[in-house]
This record gives sequence, structure tokens and C-alpha cells, in this order.
Amino acid sequence: MSQTEEFVLRMKGISKEYYGTKVLKGIDLEIRPGEVHGIVGENGAGKSTLMNILFGMTVIHSTGGYQGEIEIAGAKADIKSPFDAMKLGIGMVHQEFMLIPGYTITENIKLNRETTKDNPVSRVFGPKLKTLDMASMGRDARKALDHLEMGIDEWARVAGLPVGHMQFIEIAREIDKSNIKLLVFDEPTAVLAESEADNLLAAVRKLSASGIAILFITHRLHEIMAVCDGITVLRDGSLVAHKRREETTIEELARLMVGRSIGDMIRNPAKSLPDRNALEIRNLRVQMPGEAAKGVDLDVKDGEILGIGGLAGQGKIGIANGILGLYPAEGEVRFHGEPLPLNSTREALKRGLAFLSEDRRGVGLLLDMSVEMNIAATAVEIQGKFLRRFGPFSQIDGKAVRAHALETIKALDIRCTGPLQPVRRLSGGNQQKVCIAKALVLGPRLLFVSEPTRGIDIGAKRLVLETLVDLKERLGMTIVITSSELAELRSVCDRIAIVHDGRIAGILNPDDDDAEFGLMMAGDYGKR
Amino acid sequence: MENANATPFARALRGIGAGLRSFGAPRIIIIVFLVSLWITSTLLKIPFPAVLSDSLVRLGMNAVLTLAMLPSILSGTSLYFGLPLGIICGLLGGVMSIELDLRGFEAFFGAVAMSLPLAVLVGWGYGWLLNRVKGSEMTVGTYIGFGFVSLMSFGWVTLPFHHPEMAWAIGKGIRVTISLEGRFSGVLNNLWSFDILGVRVPTGALAFSALCCLLVWLFFRSRSGLAMKSAGMSPKFAEASGINVNRMRIRGTILSTVLGAVGILVYSQGFGFLQLYQAPMYMGFIAAASILIGGATLKTGRISHVIIGTFLFHSILVVALPVANTVSQLGSLAEISRSVVSNGIILYALAQKGGAE
Repeated sequence: MSQTEEFVLRMKGISKEYYGTKVLKGIDLEIRPGEVHGIVGENGAGKSTLMNILFGMTVIHSTGGYQGEIEIAGAKADIKSPFDAMKLGIGMVHQEFMLIPGYTITENIKLNRETTKDNPVSRVFGPKLKTLDMASMGRDARKALDHLEMGIDEWARVAGLPVGHMQFIEIAREIDKSNIKLLVFDEPTAVLAESEADNLLAAVRKLSASGIAILFITHRLHEIMAVCDGITVLRDGSLVAHKRREETTIEELARLMVGRSIGDMIRNPAKSLPDRNALEIRNLRVQMPGEAAKGVDLDVKDGEILGIGGLAGQGKIGIANGILGLYPAEGEVRFHGEPLPLNSTREALKRGLAFLSEDRRGVGLLLDMSVEMNIAATAVEIQGKFLRRFGPFSQIDGKAVRAHALETIKALDIRCTGPLQPVRRLSGGNQQKVCIAKALVLGPRLLFVSEPTRGIDIGAKRLVLETLVDLKERLGMTIVITSSELAELRSVCDRIAIVHDGRIAGILNPDDDDAEFGLMMAGDYGKR
Repeated sequence: MENANATPFARALRGIGAGLRSFGAPRIIIIVFLVSLWITSTLLKIPFPAVLSDSLVRLGMNAVLTLAMLPSILSGTSLYFGLPLGIICGLLGGVMSIELDLRGFEAFFGAVAMSLPLAVLVGWGYGWLLNRVKGSEMTVGTYIGFGFVSLMSFGWVTLPFHHPEMAWAIGKGIRVTISLEGRFSGVLNNLWSFDILGVRVPTGALAFSALCCLLVWLFFRSRSGLAMKSAGMSPKFAEASGINVNRMRIRGTILSTVLGAVGILVYSQGFGFLQLYQAPMYMGFIAAASILIGGATLKTGRISHVIIGTFLFHSILVVALPVANTVSQLGSLAEISRSVVSNGIILYALAQKGGAE
């Protein structure tokens, strides 16, 4: 490929803010015709925002647009809507298939771009009533499918096809567009089996050979190395590096992807841990949609803060949800030596486990109830706290609830107008503190915390994490933190388990090498 | 905007404004409508004390039926459109008490006692069903109610009730309307009742309704009441707190059914008749409209909403009838206004679903 050849896509100094938070900071990107360009980064690195800008999604323009310039095929482009992007020849193969199951492959490929011919009615009433030219549509679909070497019948219905095929139909739809110049693949192999993924990579190479430029977004590093010519690494909204495939390695990419951005985060004072296990998990399988655990073996030491990290969708969230009985689980879990019955939230809570859910507003809180009742509700139900009894009847002891709420509000510094304020009105950080208070009333011996700082601003993040470290230090509580933010785990945890494909890929120390973390998360650890 | 030097008058106005907003537009409109009806009725020389007496009687008769909506709403199954189920259980109790030849308080409380086991059973089955149609409880409930009323139309003919006060003169089955004269007609309404400024206060009925409200209020301050409320507000939260959400929904439905059964007996003693066959068909809508006018939503409600709503809704009906009869020759105007108000307010509530605070 000659250096003089013009670029299909040039992005210069792209920046984007959401409500004052910078999510993209001056990203540059250049792609030539026929080039396969990979974009890698952790969750939240800014990949999707960059693509949303490229496609002119409304979420970008309704939040104040972006800074920077986009050039398509050498001409400055102002992409205001996905329709503009389509007209400029940019196509997207979606992660979730946008196909209508009841239609045939041809109909899906041609949807809203049908070939039509005149009929008497349309001559009178206008082009909306033209007849579909099925034969010609079928021919076009066939051509696109052949291009991908798909032997499948173009008149077959989409419903019931294997996912691999659906992905190819999506691709066929994009390449059927006559002006297609740039095709974006967003995590294309996430839902595919290994052999299907290989087919896809072969198709990507073939497409690029025909002159279409391809943007390939994934966090599977070996796929990047297999197909990409150029690679861009993003981290925390910044451009970390542009690399040619020849001049880099999987290890280097992993290191660049993870990096260190902890700054002056809280440090969990290391101390020697007793060699006693608080929790022993064996072959835990959890059916949590999108976050399934497929056989987790893990020991949690008494009095430690254990981190569970990994990329989204790999099953890290499923572990805590399964042990607490919120999703169907199988396997063996022993808590301080005693077997813990699975699929019973009540039993888990009674035995001294507690859980701060990643879905704070849905699972964690009763949004329209007061701060004080949110704190007390679970303890009332599980332990019969805050109750006055009259024989078989009980009444909630309002005074005790209030006294405890006031005490907790002070101890955790929950900013609210008072114990009667509905928690819906509190900020994310304060809502999280109410969740912590709710768990603490139960006096748990082990606390599961999922995504404790999601949707919380930086200052409050620090407070929440400090509170967790403090609980370990003062009360000797064992804490298991599940988080997508590796930096956060590395700043507070004693050990970090990385989950890949529903299993524990390995356990690392917070100060282990960045590359180790990156490789484990990408599932490439020990593969070569 | 905030002016620190705002006069007390301006501040008071703002306070009133905020108060009105939180009170809600539908309630304000209904109150304005009611007051204008009251004024019109006075201008038409319809005695106001008599109107107010009727309103109080209607409040006493209907409060428990409206109250039946509350456990359903709070346990998360939304408005209790299956109310005809509870009503039929109550009517069965009433019919049985006549069949057993009970009289006075004995007849009333006998009817209540006999209807309770039925209501618990029916409520449990209905709750079980509602757990299988989560998300469409109101639609399914409405049709279950309709279906059960129709089914019981056969029941009233075929069930073995023979007491001459109830049976048809010829043929099988019991009559459409059964007089409670000499049975338990007015047992609560006349208990401790007194006149003040020409207004007759049905103390017994009001006290009984208040007692029911108090019991429900106490229940929702108990451990199982709180669990039920949590399950209704956020099933996910409840599950994460070890609460069996489906069981709570069934309990709420049972409670609603029981209140429906008791409610129709209170209603019947005030009305003086048991109305069988098709009569229970639309009573669920009236009760639903009442609690919604009172300020409840499809997900939240309080005892105060029950009382305010029942009073407003039925007061309008009471005063609309004589006013309509005087103003127009159209005899069915009161019925029309009832339909407009009850269906309108239900429609409003459904349209507000999710949108309202």
C-alpha cells in the first residue's frame, strides 16, 4: 500500500464531553482503502463513543456535539445522523443483530433499499406503491452472499439460522450497499464460536482485499494480531498508541491497554493474611444472562479484600449474584467451612453474607422509600431487627429505625435532607452509601460489592472505596469487590482474580505487571 | 429568581402553589366540580344537609370496597380489577346467613365470618393466577372478574339455596335482588347514628370502615406488611432481601379479596339489598376510580387516598342525581356522569403510568 494513497477516513483531534466529563481527548485516526484497522481498549476506554461520533448518533448531538474534524475520502464531512453516515459509505455490523427473523435473507439484506418496478397503481398514486422486484433483489443478495462465500439459500428465513450465519447476513447487507467504503465491526466475534470466528476473520481479509476499509473493534488481542494492519490503542478516552502489526506484540498491546491511571488513589495497607478461607467456591455455574459463570473455582481468605476483574460479559458479575441466590446457580460453596445452600437469598443473608448490587437503583434501593426505611428494610425481614412484638403480631419500631438511621447518616456522612428523604433524590455516591448502610445493619461477615463506583463522580468514588478499606481495617470484614475498573481494584485489593469466559483465568497481585493483567483479561494468558 | 426579601404574602402564595401541585390536578378539578355541584344544588333549593347526609352514608358504604384496592396496589399487582371475585364471596356469605335464618348483628357478622374462608381461597387462586400473567394483571383481572360474574350467574340458579325470602316464586334459584329487611339491613348505618344540623351521621358504618382502615394501616407497619410493600415497589430489591415476591403478591391479593367480601356486606347493609347476578360486574371500576381520585397511582397508595377518594367520588354521584333531575329531563344523566367520571379517571391514571412522579 503506497503512502500517497488517500485516506478513506481521517479523524483529527476528536474530543467529546458528557456533562463536563471528558470521555474522549483528542483522538486521531487514519485508515487507507483496503486497510484493516483494529481499535483496542478496555470497557469505557472510549471506543463506542468514537463510533457514535462516526455514525452521527443522536446521543452525541443531543449532548453538545464533539470537537475535532472528520474527513471521508479526503473531503471534510459533517455527519449529523446515521443516515448521513450511510450516504458517505460507512457501514456497521452490529453486535446485536438487527435482523427480522420472519423475513427471508434477501428481504433482510434489501430492507428499505428494495428494488422496485412500476405498476398501474404506482403510476397513479406515486412511487410508494411500486411492486418489489423480487428476482433482481434475489440476484443482488446472491451476489453479496457469494462474495462472502456463503452457500446458503438466499430465500431461507432468518429465524432459526445459527448466529454465525446471521452475522454474515449483516455483513452481506452492508456490502450490498453500492457505495460502501468503510465497514465497522463492533465486537463481531463476541457471540461466535471459535470456528465461526475464524470464518469471519477470513471474510474480513477478503473484504479488505476488495478495497473496503475495515475498522475492527474487539478486545480479543489475538484476533487483532491475526487480521489487522494498523492498530490504535485507547485508554480512558486518550489515544495511547498507533502501531503497525509488524512492530508490536500481544504483550505490548495488553500493557498499553491496561496501563496505570490510579494516580493518588487510596492504598490498602498490606498486611499478612491468615491462611484461613472465608469462602471456598468450587465449580460454580451461574445462569446470569450476559454474565454467566461457567465453573468458577475460587478461595477468599478471611479478612482480605479480593478483587474480581475482567471484561464485560465474561461472567465476573455472575459470581456474586449466583452465591447470593439472585440468579440460578449450581456448584459447591462453603462459607467458613460450612456448606452454603445455593439459590436461597434468605439463607445467604442469614449466614452473614451481604451484597451491594451492581444495579444500585434497581436491586439495591427502594427509590421512593425514605433513607431510614431503605437502611432498615432488609434487617427487618431477615433478622427481625427494629420490631416491637405483640404476640404473633409485630409493628415496626419507628424510634429504633430513626435512631439507627441518624447514627448511620452521621457515621457514613450520607448527604441528605434527613432520614425521611426518598433515596431517589440522592446523588449516586450517597445512594451507594445508603446501600452500604443497608448491608452493614445486617452485621455481615463477608460483603460482596459489585461495581461500587459505577455512575459515581470521582470524589465520591474515593469516599466509597475508602469506606470499604475502612470496614476491612476496623471490623475485619472480608470483602469481595467485583469491578470493571481495574485501576480501582489495584488500588484497594489484596489480591485480584481475573475472570475470562466464565472461569477464573488467574489470580494476580495488585502490583503485578500490566501485561499480565491485559493478557488475562483478553484470554490470551499462557496461550502462546 | 428566589427573592430573599419576598413578602410573607408572596411566600404564602408560593407555598399554596406548591401545595396545590403536590395535591394534583385531577383532585383539584374534582373538588371544584363537587363544590360547584353543591352550590348549584343549593340554588335549586335541594336541601344541603340531606345531600351531605347521603354523602356520608355513601362514604360508609363504599370505603371498605375502595380499601380493597390498596393491598393489591402495594403488593405490586396494580389495581384490583378482580374485585367482583371478592364481592361474590361476600354475597355468598350474605346469602348463607339468610339461608341459616340469622338476624341483626348475628346475620351481618355471620355473613362476614362465612365469606372469609371463601375469600381466602378465591384470593389465593386468583393471586396464583396473577403470578403467571405478570405485567398484564389489570387486563387479566378485569376479564377474570367479568368471567366469574357470568359463571356465578349460573351459580345463583343452581346452588342449593331454598329460603323462601330469596327463592324465585316459580322455578329454581334465587332472585336478582334480595331484600335485607329484617336481616341485617342498616345494622351498621343505624348503630350510634345521630343528627347534627340536619345532617344524619351513620356512625356505625363509618366506625366499622375506620376500623378496617386502621387494621390495614397497622398491617402495613408490620414485618410482613413491609415485606409486601417492598415486593410491590421493587421485586428485584425484595428478592435481594430474601423476600418471596410471589408469595407477597398472593398475600396482597388474598387481603384485597377479603376486604372486597367484607366491603360488599357493608355496602349491602347500607343499601338494604343483596344484588346478585350481573350487579358486581362494574363495581371494581368504581372502587378503582375512587382510590385514584383520592391520589393513589397504579403503584402507590395510602389510607388517606382511600378515604378522600371515596368521599369525593360518591359525593359527586349523590349530588349529581337530584341536580341532573331538576336541570334536565334526561333521567339517566346521573348514571352518565358516573360513567364519565369513573372511566375518565381510570383512563387518566393509565395514561399517567410511569409519567407521574
